[in-house]
Amino acid sequence: MQALLALEDGRIFRGKGYGAKGECYGEVVFNTSITGYQEIFTDPSYAGQIVVLTNPQIGNYGTNDEDNEATRPYIEGLIVREFSRVSSNWRSQQVTEEYLEHHKIPVLAEIDTRALVRHLRDHGAMRGVISTLETDAEKLVAKACGIPKMVGTDLAKVVTTNRPYVWEVGERSHEPTEVVGVKDAPERFHVVAYDFGIKHNILRKLRGEGCKVTVVPAETPAEDVLALKPHGVFLSNGPGDPEPCTYAVENIRRLMGRQPIFGICLGHQLVGLALGGKTYKLKFGHHGGNHPVKLLKTGKIEITAHNHNFAVDPDSLPASEVELTHVNLNDNTLEGLRHRNLPLFSVQYHPEAAPGPHDSQYLFGDFVKMMEEWRG
Amino acid sequence: MPKRTDISKILIIGSGPIIIGQSAEFDYSGTQACKALKAEGFEVVLANSNPATIMTDPESADRTYIEPLTRDYLEEILRIEAEMCGGKGFALLPTVGGQTALNLAVELADAGILEKYNVQLIGARIEAIKKAEDRLFFKDAMQKIGLDVPKSALVNNLKDGLEFAGKIGFPVVIRPSFTLGGSGGGIAYNREELLEVLARGLDLSPVHECLIEESVLGWKEFELEVMRDLADNVIIICSIENFDPMGVHTGDSITVAPAQTLTDREYQAMRDAAIAVIREIGVETGGSNIQFAVNPDNGRQVVIEMNPRVSRSSALASKATGFPIAKIAAKLAVGYTLDEIPNDITRKTPASFEPTLDYVVVKIPKWQFEKFPGADESLGPQMKSVGEVMAIGRTFKEALQKGIRALDTGKRVGSGKIEPKILTQRLVTPHPERLAYVTYAIRQGYTVKQLARMTSIDPWFLQQLKEINDMQLELEKHPMESVPPEIVRQAKRMGFSDGRLAGTWRLETSSGGQEKVRHLRKKFGIKPVYKRVDTCAAEFESYTPYLYSTYEEEDEATPTAKKKVIILGSGPNRIGQGIEFDYCCCHASFALREDGFETIIVNCNPETVSTDYDTSDRLYFEPLTPEDVFAICEHEASGGAPVGVIVQFGGQTPLNLALPLKAAGVTIIGTSPESIDLAEDRKRFGKLLDELHIPQAPGAMVTSVEEAAKAANAIGYPVLVRPSYVLGGRAMVIAYDEDTIAHYMKQAVEYSHDRPILVDKFLEDAIEVDVDALSDGEDVVIGGIMQHIEEAGIHSGDSSCVLPAVDIPEKLMRTMREYTFQLARALQVVGLVNIQFAIPRASAGNGGDKVYVLEVNPRASRTVPYVSKATGIPLAKIAARLMTGRKLREFLPEYIERAADLDTGRCYYVKSPVFPWNKFPGVDTVLGPEMKSTGEVMGVGDSFGEAFAKAQVAAGQTLPTKGTVFISVTDHDKLHVAEVARRFAELGFAMVATAGTADVLEKAGLKVERVYKVKEGRPNPVDLIKGERIQLIINTPQGADPFFDEKAIRRAAVMHRIPTITTLAAARAAAEGIAALQTGRVTVHALQKLHADREVREGLR
Repeated sequence: MQALLALEDGRIFRGKGYGAKGECYGEVVFNTSITGYQEIFTDPSYAGQIVVLTNPQIGNYGTNDEDNEATRPYIEGLIVREFSRVSSNWRSQQVTEEYLEHHKIPVLAEIDTRALVRHLRDHGAMRGVISTLETDAEKLVAKACGIPKMVGTDLAKVVTTNRPYVWEVGERSHEPTEVVGVKDAPERFHVVAYDFGIKHNILRKLRGEGCKVTVVPAETPAEDVLALKPHGVFLSNGPGDPEPCTYAVENIRRLMGRQPIFGICLGHQLVGLALGGKTYKLKFGHHGGNHPVKLLKTGKIEITAHNHNFAVDPDSLPASEVELTHVNLNDNTLEGLRHRNLPLFSVQYHPEAAPGPHDSQYLFGDFVKMMEEWRG
Repeated sequence: MPKRTDISKILIIGSGPIIIGQSAEFDYSGTQACKALKAEGFEVVLANSNPATIMTDPESADRTYIEPLTRDYLEEILRIEAEMCGGKGFALLPTVGGQTALNLAVELADAGILEKYNVQLIGARIEAIKKAEDRLFFKDAMQKIGLDVPKSALVNNLKDGLEFAGKIGFPVVIRPSFTLGGSGGGIAYNREELLEVLARGLDLSPVHECLIEESVLGWKEFELEVMRDLADNVIIICSIENFDPMGVHTGDSITVAPAQTLTDREYQAMRDAAIAVIREIGVETGGSNIQFAVNPDNGRQVVIEMNPRVSRSSALASKATGFPIAKIAAKLAVGYTLDEIPNDITRKTPASFEPTLDYVVVKIPKWQFEKFPGADESLGPQMKSVGEVMAIGRTFKEALQKGIRALDTGKRVGSGKIEPKILTQRLVTPHPERLAYVTYAIRQGYTVKQLARMTSIDPWFLQQLKEINDMQLELEKHPMESVPPEIVRQAKRMGFSDGRLAGTWRLETSSGGQEKVRHLRKKFGIKPVYKRVDTCAAEFESYTPYLYSTYEEEDEATPTAKKKVIILGSGPNRIGQGIEFDYCCCHASFALREDGFETIIVNCNPETVSTDYDTSDRLYFEPLTPEDVFAICEHEASGGAPVGVIVQFGGQTPLNLALPLKAAGVTIIGTSPESIDLAEDRKRFGKLLDELHIPQAPGAMVTSVEEAAKAANAIGYPVLVRPSYVLGGRAMVIAYDEDTIAHYMKQAVEYSHDRPILVDKFLEDAIEVDVDALSDGEDVVIGGIMQHIEEAGIHSGDSSCVLPAVDIPEKLMRTMREYTFQLARALQVVGLVNIQFAIPRASAGNGGDKVYVLEVNPRASRTVPYVSKATGIPLAKIAARLMTGRKLREFLPEYIERAADLDTGRCYYVKSPVFPWNKFPGVDTVLGPEMKSTGEVMGVGDSFGEAFAKAQVAAGQTLPTKGTVFISVTDHDKLHVAEVARRFAELGFAMVATAGTADVLEKAGLKVERVYKVKEGRPNPVDLIKGERIQLIINTPQGADPFFDEKAIRRAAVMHRIPTITTLAAARAAAEGIAALQTGRVTVHALQKLHADREVREGLR
C-alpha cells in the first residue's frame, strides 16, 4: 500500500502504508525514545499530532494490554523507518500493525525518517497529512495548511474524561518482573487528579504511593474538587496549548494554598500561567527519553522522559513567589518550579516515565510528603 | 565538581599484547584516556608492553614505559615516578587497560606497593574491583540489593564442584575467577565433562577458584554500558542485545545495538537494575559493563556479571553511539561530573544524557580456526574469536548484511547440499558458521518457529533473516535485463551487495560482474547516501562527520572543497593483520592532517583507534569492499577537490582493492599498484631480481597438483608452498615430500590462473632478517635491520627479533642495505617497503656473502610500529608524507648523506610474539610458515640478553633463573650445542638430554642426565615436565617429520607454562637473558628519555 506524507511547507515523503487505510492530519513531531512505542501511541498528550519515531525498527515486541497509557491510542498517525510484521516478546498479545489497524491509525513506513526529523529540527514542528488514498501531493499540502494550528488550541477539553472515576490499579500488578522495592502502599491519602489527558502510569504511581485517586474532568470547578475533601490535587499532562485553558488556570488559582498541588507537563504549564507567568511554543518540542535535567538545589542530574511542545518562560514568573527547581541542560528550558510559600510544585517532564527512565519517580514521594506535612 | 587538584601525575596501565579476549579495544581506550588526561594538564605516565599501539607513541604520554606488565617492573616504574614527584599527587588509573591492568592494580595494592609509594587508585577502588570480580562477593551484593542471579557456588576443588552440580542439575556453567575473555570456562553436560573443565579452570584461575553456575543456556542475553560520576549521576550509554543466546561468550556472539526485543518496561527494569549494580559495587567513576539474561518464556531477568572497567563492549558501545566512553571515564576519574563535560558531537549539549540511535549496529566476530587444526570449533563461555567487525545500517537487515561482507572471509556456506543430520547439529550447537547454516535452513524451508526452537535465537532476528531470504527469492525471479528498479532499490536498502546481486544473476566476478551491477544501479539512480552517527538521532546538529552509508533520500556528508586523502584501514583484527596496521593508518591520518589535508578513514573494526572519530577529519564506518570503498571515493570526488587514496598501510585488505580502484579511475597515492602487483607476481619479480643480480631462492608458480609436484622435484625439497596474495602466511606449508604438496593443493587452498600457488625452495638453517625502509623513489633510508632469533621457516610474525642486529657480519649488513636500495628504487617505492632476507648459516659463519631475498612487500609491515618505537622516528608518518609528494631529504637528510640506518641508540630492542595456545587446548603448538601469534611485546635492555629476557617476561614466558634445562637438538645443531649447554652450566643449570644430544654434551665434558624419548619408554621428557622437574626446554625441530615426541613435549610444556626454545640462536639469547635476570636487577626505561638521549648524541656528532 503506497502512502505519503505532505507537510505544510510542501515537503513530501513517499513510502509504504501499514495499519489503517485512509488519511490523518496533525502536527508532525518526532520522538527519540528507543523503547516504548506503545506507551507513545496511547499517550493522550499526542492528540492532534502525527509522531515520527527516530528508532528505525518499530513493532518488534508487539503490543499488550498492560502497557497502555490510556484506553486507546491518541496519536493521529505514525511514521517509522521499518515496521515489524511480526512480534516477539513473551508479553505480546497483538502484532503492532493489527493493533493500530484496529484503532484506525495509519502508518507511513519506509521513508527517510532521519531526513524528516532533520527537516522538523531545522524548520520546526509543522502540520502534515498522511494519506493512503490521495496521490496528488499538492492537494495534500493544501489540506495540511488547513489543519488548525496547535497554538491557541485547547485539546485538553477534547481528551479529558467526561465523568469522574476512581482509579484502582497500582504499579505492582503491572510489573513484568519482580522489581524490588515496588509495593503498592496502603491507601493513606485521597488525591483528586484533573484529567487534561492523564497517562495511566501517573495514576499507577500515585496509587503505588498510597493514594486513592479520583480523576475528574478538565473543567471541574475548584469548589467541586474541594467538596471531594482530597488531601491533594494533581494536575495532569495533556495535549495542546495551555493558554486557552483559562478555566483550568482559574481553578488552579482558587485551589492554590488550599490544597497541596502537583502538576506534570501541561499541568506544570497551567501552574505557570496561574502564577502569572507566560508560556511559549518550542520550535520542535521535547519528545524523548534521554533529556538531562538538573535539580538546581543539589546539582544532581536526572535522565528524564519528555513530551511537550510548550514551555513556561522562567523570566515571566514572579521571583518572589516562585523558585525554579529544575532546568534542562540541553537547551536551558525550565523544567520545574515550586512555590516559595504555598504547597505547590510542578515539573515540565514526566517523572512517571512510561516510556522512559525512572530517575525522577521521587517526585511522587515528594507529593505524598507534602500532603503529609499539610495534613500534619 | 571541578577537576581534582590534589593529583598531578597519573599512571595508566595498558593491556599488554593483543590476545584473544583483549585486543585493540584497549589501545583505543588507553589512547583516549592518555589524550584526555594530558589535555587536562596532568602528567601522564604509561606502562604497556605492546609497541604496536598508538598509546605507546611518545606523544601520547609524558613518559612511556614499554616494559613487562608484571608486579616487579610496575613497582620499579612507580618507585622512579614517585621519586620524581616527591611522592605527592600520584595516582593510578587501572580501568582502561582491560583485565590485565585491573589485576595488576589489585596485585600492587595487595602487596602494599601502592601504599608504599603513596599512589592512590582513581576510577575504581580496590574493594569495588574485588566485589565485582570475585563471583561470590558479586552474588552476595546482587542478592543484597534484591536482584536475581543464577544459582551458583564457588568451589576450589573437584569434589565440591561435583556435589553442587548434582544439586542444581546439569548442564552447569564453569567460570574461573579472575581470568579474561572467559579463559578456562566451559559448559558441562555431565560429570565427566565437569571434571575436565573444572580442573582446567581451577588451574587457570590465579586464585584457584571457579564458579559453578545454574545454566541459563538459551536465554536472551543483554548488556548495558553504564557510566557514573563522583556526584553519583548514572547514565546508560548503550543497550546491546545478543543475537546468539546465553551460552556463547559475548565476544563470540553477534551483537546488536540498541536492544531490539525489549519493551520499555523490561528495558527500564534492566536500567534500574544496572544503576543499582554500579552503585552497590561502588564503581565511583567511569564505565562499567553489566550483563543480563532474560528468560524468553516468562521475562525473568538475572544479572550475569559486571566489568568494573571499560571493556570490549564499551569500545563497541562508543563506536555504536558516538559517545567516547573511555575518554569521558578518564575525565570523570579526575573529578569532573558528566554535566561539566560537553558532548563532542553536538558541542552544545552535555555528556550527561543517554545516546539514542536512529540506526542499527551489528557486530560480528571473526574466528580463525583454520589456523588451529584440531581446535574445538564449538562456541561456549570461553572466547575464541580473534577480531570483529561492526556495521551500521538503518535496519538490522542492512547492518547485518554489511557486517557479513565486512568480515572479509571470502567463503560461503550453502552452495552445496548439506546433510540434514549435519545441518541439525550445526543449528543446535553454536559454531562460527551458524549464521550461514541458519540462512541455508531458511532457504530449505525451515520455519522461524522451528529454527527458534533449535537455535534459541530470538524469532524476531530469525524473521529478519527470513525477510532477507524472501528478497533473495524475489531477486531470483528477475533476470538482470528486466529487473524493475524498485526491486533493486529494495534489495540495496536491505543491504544486498553488488557482489551478491551479481552472483544472483550469475555474473562472473572476473568478467566484471560487480561493475555491471554498479552500472545498472547508476542507470536506475540508486546510490548510497551517507548519514551521521550523532548520539541524538538528529535532534541536535552534529559537528563530527562520523558516517555510514545507507540507501535513503538525504545525504549528510557533502564533500568539502579541501584536498583530501582517503586512508583505507585493515578491517577486522586477525592473525597476521592486526593492530600494527591500524597504527600505520592512524599515523597517516595524524601526519597528513598536520600537513593540511582533509584526512578520511574507511574502516569497519570497532576496536581500533582508527575508527575513533577524533583520529581523522572524516570517518566512514564501512566495509572494505570494492563496492563500498569505490562509492566513498566517488562521493568524496564529487566535491571537486583532489582525492588521493592510501592503500599500503592497512595490510592485505586494502592492497587487494588497489588495482580495482585504480581501474575504476581512483587515484592511488604512494607506490603504484602496479609495483605492488609486480612484487607479488612471482615471474615478473623473479625477472627483476635477476636483472638486479640479487639472489633468490629458486621457485615456480603453479596452478595444478601435477605442476606443483613437478616444480618441487625440479627445485628440490624442502619447498615452501603458499598462495599468492596472502598475509600472515595463511595457508602456507613447508613440504618435504610430494604427498604434502598433493594434500595441500587439494584441500587447504583455493587457486586459479589469476591466483596461482607459489612453490619456492625452502632455505633450511638460515638466519632470517626483516628490513623496513622508507623511500621516495629516489632516496632510501633504512628504518631497521631486524635479526630474527628463530630461524628462517618460522613466519616472521611468529619470530622474535632484535634491533640492532646482534651477530650479522658488517659485510652482509652492507649487502642487505644495497639490495634494499636497489629494490626500493627499482619498484619506485614511495612510502614504506619491507624486505625479508635469508642468510644461510654457512654464509654467515664462514665469511660467505650470500644473502637471499625471500620477499619484498612494498607496503607498511607489521614491524613498522616496533621500529618506530626503537628508533624514535615515526616511519609511518614520514611515509604518508612521501606519498603526498614530499621528499625524504626534508625529514632525514643526515641519514641520506651518511647512508646510515636509523639509530637505535645504546639499547637493544627485542620484539617477541604471543600465542593463543591456552584458548585452544589440544592444538599442536609447533611454529611454521603460517603465522599463529595474536600479538607482540617489546623488551628494552642495555644488553641483548636483558632485552630478550624482558620480552620473554612480557610475553608471559618467564625464563627460569635456576633449575634444569632439557636439551634435544637436531644433528646439525649438535655441532654447536655444547657451547650453549656450557653457558647454561655456568649459569648453574642442571641438564637433561635424550641419547644423541647427551652423547655430545658428555663428550664435551658436561654433566647430563639421560631420559628416554617419548616413543622409547619412561621416564621421558613429558614425565619430567609434568613432574615439574624441568624449567626450560631447548628443542630444535627435526625437519621433515612432525615428531610425536616433539608434539607431546611442546603440548606438555604449554600446559605447564614452561618456556620452550626452538633454535640454538634463541637458546644463546635465553642464556644471556637468564644471566641478566640472575643479577636481580630490574631496570625500566622511559621511551622519551631514550629518544632524547639519542638526539643529544646525534647533535654531538
